[in-house]
Amino acid sequence: MARVHKPVDEHYSEAAAGSRLALGRLLTLVERGGPEADQLSELAHQDTGRAHVVGITGAPGAGKSTLTGQLVHRYVDAGRRPAVLAVDPSSPLTGGAILGDRIRMYDVSEVETGQGAPAPDDMSADRRPFIRSMATRGHSGGLALAVPLAVRLFDAVGYDPVIIETVGVGQVEVDVVGAADTAVVVATPGMGDAVQANKAGLLEVADIFVVNKADRPGANDVRRDLELMLDLSHMTGLDTMERGDADYRPPIVMSSALDGTGAENVIAAIDDHLVYLGQSDRLRRRREHRVRTEVRARLKQALDRRVDDLLATDEGRAMVAKAEQADLSPTEVATALLDILFE
Amino acid sequence: MSESDAPIRVVLAKLGLDGHDRGLKIVARILRDAGMEVIYLGLRQTTDSIVAAAEQEDADAVGLSMHNAGHMTLAPAMVGALRAAKLTCPVIVGGIVPDDDVEALLDAGVAAVLGPGASASEVAQVVRDAVAAAEASDDATVGGSKVET
Ligand SMILES: Nc1nc2c(ncn2[C@@H]2O[C@H](COP(=O)(O)OP(=O)(O)OP(=O)(O)O)[C@@H](O)[C@H]2O)c(=O)[nH]1
Ligand SMILES: [Mg+2]
Repeated sequence: MARVHKPVDEHYSEAAAGSRLALGRLLTLVERGGPEADQLSELAHQDTGRAHVVGITGAPGAGKSTLTGQLVHRYVDAGRRPAVLAVDPSSPLTGGAILGDRIRMYDVSEVETGQGAPAPDDMSADRRPFIRSMATRGHSGGLALAVPLAVRLFDAVGYDPVIIETVGVGQVEVDVVGAADTAVVVATPGMGDAVQANKAGLLEVADIFVVNKADRPGANDVRRDLELMLDLSHMTGLDTMERGDADYRPPIVMSSALDGTGAENVIAAIDDHLVYLGQSDRLRRRREHRVRTEVRARLKQALDRRVDDLLATDEGRAMVAKAEQADLSPTEVATALLDILFE
Repeated sequence: MSESDAPIRVVLAKLGLDGHDRGLKIVARILRDAGMEVIYLGLRQTTDSIVAAAEQEDADAVGLSMHNAGHMTLAPAMVGALRAAKLTCPVIVGGIVPDDDVEALLDAGVAAVLGPGASASEVAQVVRDAVAAAEASDDATVGGSKVET
């Protein structure tokens, strides 16, 4: 809320120097949008491009957070400094939300307050993960802007990898994960998950499949279903149209996130995928796609605003009134307004 | 979204080793239904883990549920740990606290104490008021200068 009294660039320098307090505040500005977020976007941009951005998605309750917690532990142990952005839906009715991903990230607090914590005079040695929960707030346009900016901010101040957890429903969420360097889709036994993933458009964006809850019966069935769907989509060539990579076949990794079985293999698959991207210019193309996605979201938001502004002017209201009085069809009114908008 | 309609973010936790989190879950739902964002930490939290979460989540308030006699030490310790980390967010304590202790907790920097009888609208209002008061005092402390974060 109203505690950000410093200029954005001061907060940014502090965050870049390791202040978690400053980073927490900046992420609030990111969520809020507006001029301060724009300024931050420019500041962070100069320093981005180092982090491996990993999207983790899948049905509610698939074990995304539990798995993420396992990954975070291993990254910290390996001397890396992971950040997590955990996106959870807001209530469409009240705009409120219960953000519960954090407690599923098994014992992350141990890393936060224990061995990862630096001596106070050595912030550069800080390897504590940074986990931020973000509610969708029913503003899909806002989410499409806030997530990529938050990711760039984490990257810019030195976190790597940057993990985004989202429930793979809405288009914006699929886009967000699809814009990561590496998209991990989590499926589980007994829910027809492979079919669901197919419907939600997740097969197209998946770089890695994780069959989680492999301790449960039916895990091998899910694996088989996924293989089958991959065979099919491979044959039709529909799988990677957007991101253009017909040769790639996502690996399927079995995991039991509750006790961490298989988490090493998930990490290995994520690392392998980055290596794969690094061959030829795939990583560059992937990131170009990400930039395009963010630019498009920003353009849409800016246009939306201008449309709202135009409709609020006397001219706009007069035009709409014409359609109401049946002089002109809504299509004709919109066409005329479009001319005004772009004149 | 403009500052005024940005939802209040509340970290909810139970300090210490005791009990269940049924009451805490009810409070979480009340606050969500009042339009707030609840970062739910649940049981068995420490002052350190709550500070870490409040910092990363940029919490506007910390809500603690307590059902043992530990409140007289734990709640002030929580306030102290937050302030030591330069976090100004108010601490609200919920649970069965004897009247005599309430005064002492408020003196120790706890923003409000909610008894088990508080209604949903009271709970939400107490959080809103505590956040508003903390912001007002932040603004007053800072004045025109750039000292405070
Ligand atoms: N048996 C079993 N249970 C698991 C496993 N991984 C997670 N769970 C349980 O599944 C439930 C959901 O786990 P989460 O990690 O919260 O799942 P999520 O996908 O993050 O859920 P949302 O964020 O709510 O969509 C929890 O009760 C976990 O303990 C697993 O490998 N095996
Ligand atoms: Mg989750």
